[in-house]
Amino acid sequence: MVKLDIKGTWLGFKRLLPLSMFVIAFGLAFGLAAAQAEMTKLEAMLMSGLVFAGASQFAVLELMREEIPLLAIMITTFAINARHLLMGASLYPWLKEIPTAKRYGILTFISDANWAIAAQDYQQGERNLGIILGGGLALWLAWVLGTWLGLVLTQGIPDPQALGLDMVLGCFLLTMAVGGKKDLRVLVIWATAALVALIALKFLPPNSHVIAGALAGGLVGAFWLPTTQVKEAK
Amino acid sequence: MDLSNTASATYIVIAAMTLVTLVTRYGGVFIMSFVPLNRRVEGFINGMSGSVLVALIVPMAVEGDTAARLALLTSLIMVLWLKKPLPAIAAGLLVTAAWRYFVG
Repeated sequence: MVKLDIKGTWLGFKRLLPLSMFVIAFGLAFGLAAAQAEMTKLEAMLMSGLVFAGASQFAVLELMREEIPLLAIMITTFAINARHLLMGASLYPWLKEIPTAKRYGILTFISDANWAIAAQDYQQGERNLGIILGGGLALWLAWVLGTWLGLVLTQGIPDPQALGLDMVLGCFLLTMAVGGKKDLRVLVIWATAALVALIALKFLPPNSHVIAGALAGGLVGAFWLPTTQVKEAK
Repeated sequence: MDLSNTASATYIVIAAMTLVTLVTRYGGVFIMSFVPLNRRVEGFINGMSGSVLVALIVPMAVEGDTAARLALLTSLIMVLWLKKPLPAIAAGLLVTAAWRYFVG
């Protein structure tokens, strides 16, 4: 039974808290970078609070110069964040069970980490959507808090890269990928996704590799169906 | 479509980014609500789900420095061994930080 309740949301919040500590460090790095790019505190906080997508925010800071290329900024933001389209689509069988307003309300907080955990939960039969909402709230709070700290603390901040913090998300997503079911079909799908992502990285426009790799993997999944019947939703 | 970098221009940028990002967050589910769910679509969805992760991680390893690759390798070995994500991530970061400190 698909549901969304306060208890599940709180559990989701708590499950993402450890990772959120690292997100604070990233937010801090963004706050610093935003201050160096001469954004005001209000602007930087609004950007983190409303956009809530770190990689695209860093990328846009690079594009903010004397003349602001608005179209280029929108295209870059779309390309980097287009992975959300696929993440949302992958949750559709789950989200279709709840009313439209709640569905899009939850999606407002979708991000890499809470999606990765939720997708794994769904495969294992979990049907409480609190992980997406609660987890997303934890990540959002951490991101906004971190940004603020970065704007306020201007000295004595260690370099996040020296501490290996730039690899937190990569390592986290890797552990999520390994946790799922593995058979020959999954391995072929992954190999296809990896290969196409690398080809796209080399030959296609910047930031298109995630979409290209994920769609290629999805196509293999559509044509090579799992031999055992997919477990029906409980 | 270039704007001069004034205070109000930054707010336009923030508004535009917010809108574009919300479209990406809502769009996938919106499009799927017009697609009938059958076994092939489900096969596509679950294949794509893991592929997003792979397509994010593999370029990090290929484009990253030695420390970045060691982080991923360490996390991979540790999660297969311990079956727990958090210690595996911590080990990956530790190796990365140590490599950057001692080797550069």
